[in-house]
Amino acid sequence: MAQPISLDVNGRPAPVSVDDPDTPLLYVLRDDLGLHGPRFGCGLGQCGACTVHVDGQAVRSCITPVSSLKAGAKIVTLEGLGSLDKPHPVQAAFIAEQAAQCGYCINGMIMQSAALLNETPKPDETAIRQALAQNLCRCGTHQRIVRAVQRAAGTL
Amino acid sequence: MNAPVLSRRSLLLQGGALVVGFSLSGRGASAQTFAPVATNGFAKPVAPDRVDSFLALGADGHATIFSGKVDLGTGVETALSQIAAEELDLPLDRVTVVQGDTALTPDQGPTYGSLSIQKGGVEIRQAAATARARLVQMASERLGIPADALVSQNGTVHPKAGGQGLSYADLVKDGRLDLKVDPAVKTKDPAQFALVGKPVARVDIPEKMTGRFTYMQDYRVPGMVHARVVRPPTIGADLQGVDEASVADIPGLIKVVRQGNFLAVVTEKEWAAVKAAKQLKATWSTWEGLPEQDKLWQHVRATKVTKDDVTSSTGDAEAALGQAARKLEATYDFAIHTHGSIGPSCAIAELKDGFLTCWTASQMTHALRKQLAAMTGLAPEAVRCIYVEGSGCYGRNGHEDAAGDAALLARAVDRPVRVQWSRADEHGWDPKGPPTLIDLQAGLDPQGNVAAWSSQFHIPEGAAGNVPLVAASLADLPHETTMAPGNIIGNSALPYAFPNVRTVCHRLASTPFRPSWIRTPGRMQNTYANEAFLDECAAAAGADPLEYRLRALKDPRGIEVLTRVADLAKWQARPSPMKDVAGDVLRGRGISYVKYELNRTYVAGVAEVEVNRSTGQVRVPRFFVVQDCGQIINPDGVRNQLDGNVIQTVSRVLLEEVTFDRGAVTSLDWSSYPILTFPDVPEVVINLIDRPSEKPWGAGEPSAAIVPAAVSNAIFDATGVRVRSVPFTPAKVKAALQGA
Repeated sequence: MAQPISLDVNGRPAPVSVDDPDTPLLYVLRDDLGLHGPRFGCGLGQCGACTVHVDGQAVRSCITPVSSLKAGAKIVTLEGLGSLDKPHPVQAAFIAEQAAQCGYCINGMIMQSAALLNETPKPDETAIRQALAQNLCRCGTHQRIVRAVQRAAGTL
Repeated sequence: MNAPVLSRRSLLLQGGALVVGFSLSGRGASAQTFAPVATNGFAKPVAPDRVDSFLALGADGHATIFSGKVDLGTGVETALSQIAAEELDLPLDRVTVVQGDTALTPDQGPTYGSLSIQKGGVEIRQAAATARARLVQMASERLGIPADALVSQNGTVHPKAGGQGLSYADLVKDGRLDLKVDPAVKTKDPAQFALVGKPVARVDIPEKMTGRFTYMQDYRVPGMVHARVVRPPTIGADLQGVDEASVADIPGLIKVVRQGNFLAVVTEKEWAAVKAAKQLKATWSTWEGLPEQDKLWQHVRATKVTKDDVTSSTGDAEAALGQAARKLEATYDFAIHTHGSIGPSCAIAELKDGFLTCWTASQMTHALRKQLAAMTGLAPEAVRCIYVEGSGCYGRNGHEDAAGDAALLARAVDRPVRVQWSRADEHGWDPKGPPTLIDLQAGLDPQGNVAAWSSQFHIPEGAAGNVPLVAASLADLPHETTMAPGNIIGNSALPYAFPNVRTVCHRLASTPFRPSWIRTPGRMQNTYANEAFLDECAAAAGADPLEYRLRALKDPRGIEVLTRVADLAKWQARPSPMKDVAGDVLRGRGISYVKYELNRTYVAGVAEVEVNRSTGQVRVPRFFVVQDCGQIINPDGVRNQLDGNVIQTVSRVLLEEVTFDRGAVTSLDWSSYPILTFPDVPEVVINLIDRPSEKPWGAGEPSAAIVPAAVSNAIFDATGVRVRSVPFTPAKVKAALQGA
């Protein structure tokens, strides 16, 4: 039976209905709310492409059942972080560093980095690499991604 | 849906001239909303010798470029825009590229082989230059001013002496750009380049960084339903039964589709398809047709050879080996690898009124169109494939197979079907880079120079072509029965001038997994063996590895990349290995060189490695690379490609290997098929040689070729031990160190 759920996504109420309480948040965001930021990469929490913020924390939405979210949890996706006109400082830094090739992983890189900088505003390069150790990139854009995070942190 | 829409209404044939009006609301998906060509009579030319196959000039002063080559995440959309805008004298933001739509774009061949600029870009350049020359001619006639007194600038043609000009839109209104591409057309003097050669920012990046880009995986079609495939548990298993009742409780289940050994579930919502695929009970026959993994190389050696390709023959290698003062022999192997796309493959197909439309991230939509036609029994004219950028593919991954799945399913349920592969589908069922086994022999003269070189490559038969679609094979629909591993004999011959050389590729009748090209196919594995074995010769001769290469290299552009990379890496001339090594972590450096396919891009690299003597762990902290790909279109794009090639290939040589049991792939996720992660990614130091007056050559593949040998050579330099089996895992390195 379809169950109504009220989510708070990118600062707006987002009422959705799910057939299965185990439905991962990723599918609700992409299929019900039409968002493109969080991406399906593995469905196993291994690659980070699906990362979103839940109450400011980086969370793997592909292994987060929608029913596990606390009432009132504030979900932010790459779209909510910033826009083309008003990019978040991390997004602006990634654009300035041209830190993408195919860009499929980039959602996770930006969301994970933005969460890192919230906690640690001036991480050194080792800390950035450690924070992104569970985010996979196959194109080999890692150097530019690290530089983009440094730029956003003002440590470049 | 947030996709650019090139609607039927906006594409009009006006007075014979193709005038395109654009409503571009987002990137990442090309034209798509109108029905297949054969039904609407829309006559956009696509013949590769016509100017208006490649470009259209809009009434709004914009140009649309129609490119058969597609952007696979390499930035080529931007580079092709630069080439076209340069040649048309238009600002970059007035050029848009439609990619890989079989109804709209010419067939410029698959997007592979590092040819998007070298072939695709050059063809677009010629078409644009032909168009510009015609526009100037038309203006000359209208204004009554000789063509050589006119200049084109910023989308207008005006007199050099000043005065009123005519815009391109004004000019094409009066006549057609219906003309043949002139291959001898005078293209712009590189000294006048304003856009080509500049590090222009990529057009797709802002939208990718803000979640506004539409990837194939994001694409949606009205009325679309979702499917997941249920692959056999072993490659050759037969489907014996399906218990449809096992998924009866799935909400929105539309159909369990079974055709031969092809099995899939189709549902209204995506998560339901994921659940149904997992829940569906099916019985399959057992199959154990794969070799034992730990006997893979014996299996390869025992596989029937169907023919020998002699890729080079100079002098008499056999006789010279017999007479050599010193003889060396070694065998190298390179494991089975997967592409490893971060986004599993995805496609949508719709069958309507006898016409099939397929939205796909395929690198070869024109070839895929023919495959889908053959598979479905439709005429090729009744099939349209439309490129929508997906996750990077690094060769022929599963994108085309997902398209085959979608086509089969669209026919079965009579609605547009989106097929999204799972991680295990991608790791388990994308075609693989085949295992490569190489035997080498060299004979040295009394001075230590190579007097004889003989090599034998054990690699599957076949070339580039169409890789059979999984759905067609499983459902026993028409499909190719030959292997298409790519042009994997490339760079089996050497770029050095040795007096006696024989290089032979033994082409094998089979290989354990359906093969295809992974990035730099064959050229990576072959260069690895050649450049590592050459290093063995240098060590045997007691020579510095750089100096040893330069002795036998006559090509000045090759010499330049090697000497420049040596400068960049502060190379110290001395033989390998290092002497007097102490401590647990040993450090070394290795050099490597390639002239790609012996007829284009030159690359040289130096790897620095750290080898932990007690664990066998190898790290590559830094990698230097110098490339000469002729004329550079976008140096920032080339740097991005070099970063990618080096990092991806370091990952391949240190970590990657497809594992399998007797029935199927067992490395089905990122923990069983690990790739390099941030803490271990090398610093890549790049120096580019730009030659604006030369031809532009490929940059997407060549630098991957030099990485494996540079790493192997550096490990030898650090430890005195030669590793000859990719991947260089801690277990292998430790065993080699203990055996030393």
